[in-house]
Amino acid sequence: MANPSKNNIAYVRTTMLTEQAPPITAAGPVLWIRTNLFSGPFNTIATLVGLYCVYWLVGHIGPWFLYSVWNANSLAECREILNGVNAACFGVIKDRWHQLLFGFYPPEAYWRPTLAFVLMIVAMAPILFESVPRKVLWFSAIFPALAFWLLWGGTIWFSVVGMLGFGIGYAVYRALVKNMLLATIAAVLVPILFWLFLLGPISGALSEALPIGIRKIDSDEFGGFMISIIIGVTGIALSLPIGVLLALGRKSDLLLVKWICVGFIEFIRGVPLITLLFTASLLLNYFLPPGTNFDIVLRVVIMVTLFAAAYMAEVIRGGLAALPQGQYEAADALGLDYWKAHRLIIMPQALKISIPGIVNTFIGLFKDTTLVVFIGILDPIGLSNAIRADSNWNGIYWELFGFIALCFFIFCFSMSRYSQYLENKLKTDHR
Amino acid sequence: MSEAIADRDIDRSQMQVSDEVAIQITGMNKWYGTFHVLKDINLTVNRGERIVIAGPSGSGKSTMIRCINRLEEHQQGQIIVDGTELSSDLKNIDKVRSEVGMVFQHFNLFPHLTIMENLTLAPIWVRKTPKKEAEEVAMHYLKKVKIPEQAHKYPGQLSGGQQQRVAIARSLCMKPRIMLFDEPTSALDPEMIKEVLDTMIELAEEGMTMLCVTHEMGFAQAVANRVIFMDQGQIVEQNEPYEFFNNPKSERTKLFLSQILGH
Repeated sequence: MANPSKNNIAYVRTTMLTEQAPPITAAGPVLWIRTNLFSGPFNTIATLVGLYCVYWLVGHIGPWFLYSVWNANSLAECREILNGVNAACFGVIKDRWHQLLFGFYPPEAYWRPTLAFVLMIVAMAPILFESVPRKVLWFSAIFPALAFWLLWGGTIWFSVVGMLGFGIGYAVYRALVKNMLLATIAAVLVPILFWLFLLGPISGALSEALPIGIRKIDSDEFGGFMISIIIGVTGIALSLPIGVLLALGRKSDLLLVKWICVGFIEFIRGVPLITLLFTASLLLNYFLPPGTNFDIVLRVVIMVTLFAAAYMAEVIRGGLAALPQGQYEAADALGLDYWKAHRLIIMPQALKISIPGIVNTFIGLFKDTTLVVFIGILDPIGLSNAIRADSNWNGIYWELFGFIALCFFIFCFSMSRYSQYLENKLKTDHR
Repeated sequence: MSEAIADRDIDRSQMQVSDEVAIQITGMNKWYGTFHVLKDINLTVNRGERIVIAGPSGSGKSTMIRCINRLEEHQQGQIIVDGTELSSDLKNIDKVRSEVGMVFQHFNLFPHLTIMENLTLAPIWVRKTPKKEAEEVAMHYLKKVKIPEQAHKYPGQLSGGQQQRVAIARSLCMKPRIMLFDEPTSALDPEMIKEVLDTMIELAEEGMTMLCVTHEMGFAQAVANRVIFMDQGQIVEQNEPYEFFNNPKSERTKLFLSQILGH
């Protein structure tokens, strides 16, 4: 191979060089470690401290998991097996997991909440993922009534006739659609009156004529993650649409609507959730006619929903405020009316902007469901107390709370990941 | 300015002003709070007219054309568009808006929808056109503004000039009888102004009734049949373009023209 030399400037390459693997310092793990872990004195120290922390944590928690006991019927038995070793006693989870999931729901009916949970995933799929066939949405629409029937039991006619209320509302709306205001008011009022006065008698008559039903189970037997999911999912599903309406109401030109919405939002945001829950559990009974049995879970769901909706409204208002005025003007200039403009142009964009805030509120709501323990509903935290009240498991904390934390983490982390997926999917600005 | 359109012969065969009145504004006044923005505006626009509205910034020219499709509300006087009077009656407003197209300075395309969806949205939801038909119409207008290949992209992927042409096509999809342009080229880089002006000239050649707020005096000289000069919320002078540019009567007009043409 001729290399250019001092004496001879002319140079022609006769053979081309082949590609060679980079030296170990220029690529691969060594480079990665160098640039990411030991790029400077500060970084090196941070890496070493970090490594020590990991070592310390694993050294302490590792054995706790490693030597944990899964087969024991009481804490005492656990301690006996462990014989002085400091390790977890997961026997309590194995012994009581069904309680943590279902509370005091009758064991022979566990299939009902389980089925409802599986169906819930089916019902949510078309809402969360576009690739799921649109026809499944019909199932999503009837799912609430189905889940209600599965969980509380009783006659199926109550759910069927209850769903009919929505159909009646729609029919009334279609019949009066010429006068939008009247149609809207009637579409809300008529179903409510129907539910209040006709639902009971009609479903009662139908169930006598054709008794299809499963065993009725009362709310006070509900508990565990089942109750967290019932309250959380219902609250999440309802607080978003209510929040949207409140946000729009707050921006409305109609003064009365605006004041009502502002008053509602500011009141709810100014009051701790726990006081609302106490109101739901204690005070509401004073205001309701004597003898009315207004289900406690339903009351709590309403309060949690209203609470989340007020926060949601403000999150969405932020999204609305971030939209340029030009979007409203363009929608107006094309002749779209208020509702069409909001449905097609404004809300899709405002909601997209608000996704992080919305999911934040959702996660907060889901975790806040643990507050119901204070009004005597046995959510997972309440059950951990109940389990400890058993002399077998008296004094066990870490294992129960760890399990509960893990379950909550799985739900909340899924929501967080989904929101990131959604943000990426909806990214169309190509900045 | 005028060089942008100098290399183009304008086909005037379709540019005919008819006697039919398209827009009639009488004694219109508007205030923002206590600030009197528009003072006693009287303007009659016949079908087929191509009007350029010029004036210094803050003179109320944008506000005036935005009153024509009720993006701004006037407090006094009367505006009749295509025989429909603009009042607080929402039905009339929607009717006028679906007949009057508007192009904005900042395009105002819907960023969450593709170009095709931007174009078909109003025909489908306001005019109840079947989707397929709306898409055919949209494609027709996209070809007309010379960007059919962009139909399935999002607005954010297009250049400013392309976005403004899409915005024009979006208005045209509603088959408007009147087009309003609110400084359509002011937010564009110089090399993109021409492509938008070309599109506007083609529209004028087809006999569209147009009101343009613009600083493109070349455009005004080439296609307008009337130039309106506004200052301090009033119509100060109006004339046909040749007279307006070569023989302005008012001192304000002279000053304005010397400022924008005299470099």
